[in-house]
Amino acid sequence: MNKAVSEPAADTSAHNEMTGAEIVVQALKDNGVENIFGYPGGAVLPIYDELFQQEEVRHILVRHEQGAGHAAEGYARATGKAGVMLVTSGPGATNAVTPLQDALMDSIPLVCISGQVPTALIGSDAFQECDTVGITRPCTKHNWLVKDVNQLAAIIHEAFHVATTGRPGPVVVDIPKDIQFAKGTYTPPQTAPRTSYQPQEQGDINQIKAAIELMAHAKKPVIYSGGGVINAGPEASHLLRELVDLTGFPITSTLMGLGAYPASGANWLGMLGMHGTYEANMAMHDCDVMLCVGARFDDRITGRLDAFSPNSRKIHIDIDPSSINKNVRVDVPIIGDAGRILEDLVRLWRATAKPNKAALKPWWTQIDIWRARDSLAYRPNEDVIMPQYAIQRLYELTRDRDVYVTTEVGQHQMWAAQHFGFEAPNHWMTSGGLGTMGYGLPAALGVQIAHPDALVIDIAGDASVQMTIQEMSAAVQHNAPIKIFILNNQYMGMVRQWQQLLHGNRLSHSYTEAMPDFVKLAEAYGCHGIMCDKPAALDDAIREMISVDKPVIFDCRVAALANCFPMIPSGKAHNEMLLPDEASDEAVANAIDEEGRQLV
Amino acid sequence: MNAQLQPTGSAYFITKETEAAQTHTLAVLVDNEPGVLARVIGLFSGRGYNIDSLTVSETEHERHLSRITIVTRGTGHVLEQIKHQLERIVPVHRVVDLSVVADERGHDRPMERELALVKVRGQGDDRVEALRLADAFRAQVIDANTEHFIFEITGRVSKIEQFIAIMKPLGLVEVCRTGVAAMNRGPEGM
Repeated sequence: MNKAVSEPAADTSAHNEMTGAEIVVQALKDNGVENIFGYPGGAVLPIYDELFQQEEVRHILVRHEQGAGHAAEGYARATGKAGVMLVTSGPGATNAVTPLQDALMDSIPLVCISGQVPTALIGSDAFQECDTVGITRPCTKHNWLVKDVNQLAAIIHEAFHVATTGRPGPVVVDIPKDIQFAKGTYTPPQTAPRTSYQPQEQGDINQIKAAIELMAHAKKPVIYSGGGVINAGPEASHLLRELVDLTGFPITSTLMGLGAYPASGANWLGMLGMHGTYEANMAMHDCDVMLCVGARFDDRITGRLDAFSPNSRKIHIDIDPSSINKNVRVDVPIIGDAGRILEDLVRLWRATAKPNKAALKPWWTQIDIWRARDSLAYRPNEDVIMPQYAIQRLYELTRDRDVYVTTEVGQHQMWAAQHFGFEAPNHWMTSGGLGTMGYGLPAALGVQIAHPDALVIDIAGDASVQMTIQEMSAAVQHNAPIKIFILNNQYMGMVRQWQQLLHGNRLSHSYTEAMPDFVKLAEAYGCHGIMCDKPAALDDAIREMISVDKPVIFDCRVAALANCFPMIPSGKAHNEMLLPDEASDEAVANAIDEEGRQLV
Repeated sequence: MNAQLQPTGSAYFITKETEAAQTHTLAVLVDNEPGVLARVIGLFSGRGYNIDSLTVSETEHERHLSRITIVTRGTGHVLEQIKHQLERIVPVHRVVDLSVVADERGHDRPMERELALVKVRGQGDDRVEALRLADAFRAQVIDANTEHFIFEITGRVSKIEQFIAIMKPLGLVEVCRTGVAAMNRGPEGM
């Protein structure tokens, strides 16, 4: 990820005596920041006063600091730039913890600036004091408490550098209120980073040659790509597509990597993992060479580790050395930026490998047999909207537009990943690693701020959406016409599904007895509300949602007890998937063996 | 990963570790700035790694560099993760697994020394015996009156353990240990 740094204005030297608050705003400008998401409070008032007196940096007022963080994350994912949030001390900072950890798990560049009580009061249990750097230390890539106004500019520049380079991640700069008032010297961004932080971007050429050697002799190869390709920038996705074309290899992707290779591409197998397609997981299990690009062998991907792709040689491209051999031992690790390494791979493949796509024919024949299982099939219903059908119709009716999709977490998220086709990177924002319910609505706000003319849809669940629904108010205030498409089944669907699988269908507290009237709620916020519960009326209702030029809450009433399939039940391997047409009540009840259930 | 499946019937796939744990000594060069030790310790507690001993002090004043020596236990896989996770910390310059380097150079283990202050209180024969043993262990008396000694002893961890065990019946009152300082044999630097 490239650091977006504008050249400092030539006359800054004349004005380099500034207050801390002025330094903050100047540093934001010099780091190319156009939009920030925040919520004011006592310990950041001087910075808010500076924001008030300028026009270059736009501030988006949210309704809760968690919303600011997720909005900044959505902004970051949709633009490839760092997302910025501004919060006050104490509760402002603690409310930022969830998005910080979310950004850490999903490698999202997020810069959080927090106010702190005056330096002299730190440690005195002052009003709205908390140990922000202590609390956020494990959920950031790095954090700073600024104790000298003359260090402030350099720290903010370094914060942007750390957040956006290497494996991107969240950072916190905690600024005591007296530092915001104090006068100090502003220093422009410098290119020389601190010596201890030097992420490796270029891959080892000998390892890349070893990878080519493995790939050239593969009979049953598969490419497994992840969010690292998206983070490496649009060029990396382009190179990935080129590599797939050149090699003729099949490709699957993690939840985070969707869009790097287009869903309409001929070699696309669909998403892999717990709710991935049958063909993707079978190809992973049976392959002889696996090329993992910018993914981390997460437990949702691998299934049971001792049965994970048992007969393959594995190549792993990752910018973070700690990802190598963390969960799965690999044969050819390549440390570096996915884009740079893909560039070398493509170049060397062109120069040295003799493409023999015919040799892959038996493998593709096998894949076609798996594809024919049609693992995403579901039983259509004329009376009740099936959730999969709702996603499919949403996709079909929006595919000719510039559409960005965010989600909350749960069944709706998996259905969106399975049934919505993503053609380009940076158009899909979801909480993967942390699984944060309430992510999608504020993330959609952030995306819409970045792309005011795009169609931004939060595919939501009825439970998740209520966690951050207050941000509808922020969307109305900032004219962000986000579309909240709620698959309303009245349950925490994924919780209910697991209770059915593991706990004898005892649905403990997963049913929402008192659901709000989402249409009235929309109207109360000044949005547009739509309710639809008939498959026949769905298309018109979706068209209405698209055509309304303001925020919409769409209450899509779907089948209450639908399960998300296919699925790798716990304790099973990739080739032991539970497929929808085999998922009788009995099969579901017995999907996890006796031994497994007793240990719960 | 040498792991056997332990079905939990949950959303996670818990694996049982079958590889034996080893003790390794790591040298970590860091920027001496506020919070850096908390980052290192937080990494160990947050990820469930062990710390047997930890020693830290600034070693290069001009560059504000501190050297942290950590003795830890884990399987080969965990030790590799610990090294990589430490390297991710922004103010960390270098992480060297001294045990691995010693092994590569054909040495049994790195040079490791610890200093301890040991206070012993007693009279009569016990007192004479304590002094005699301290001499045998090459411990120095750094404070004494008619009732007590404070011994300063330096050596390998096993020697210090042994000395403390011997002093126990002779009126051991208080022990303070520095933790292990370590570097590898030979002319090469870290």
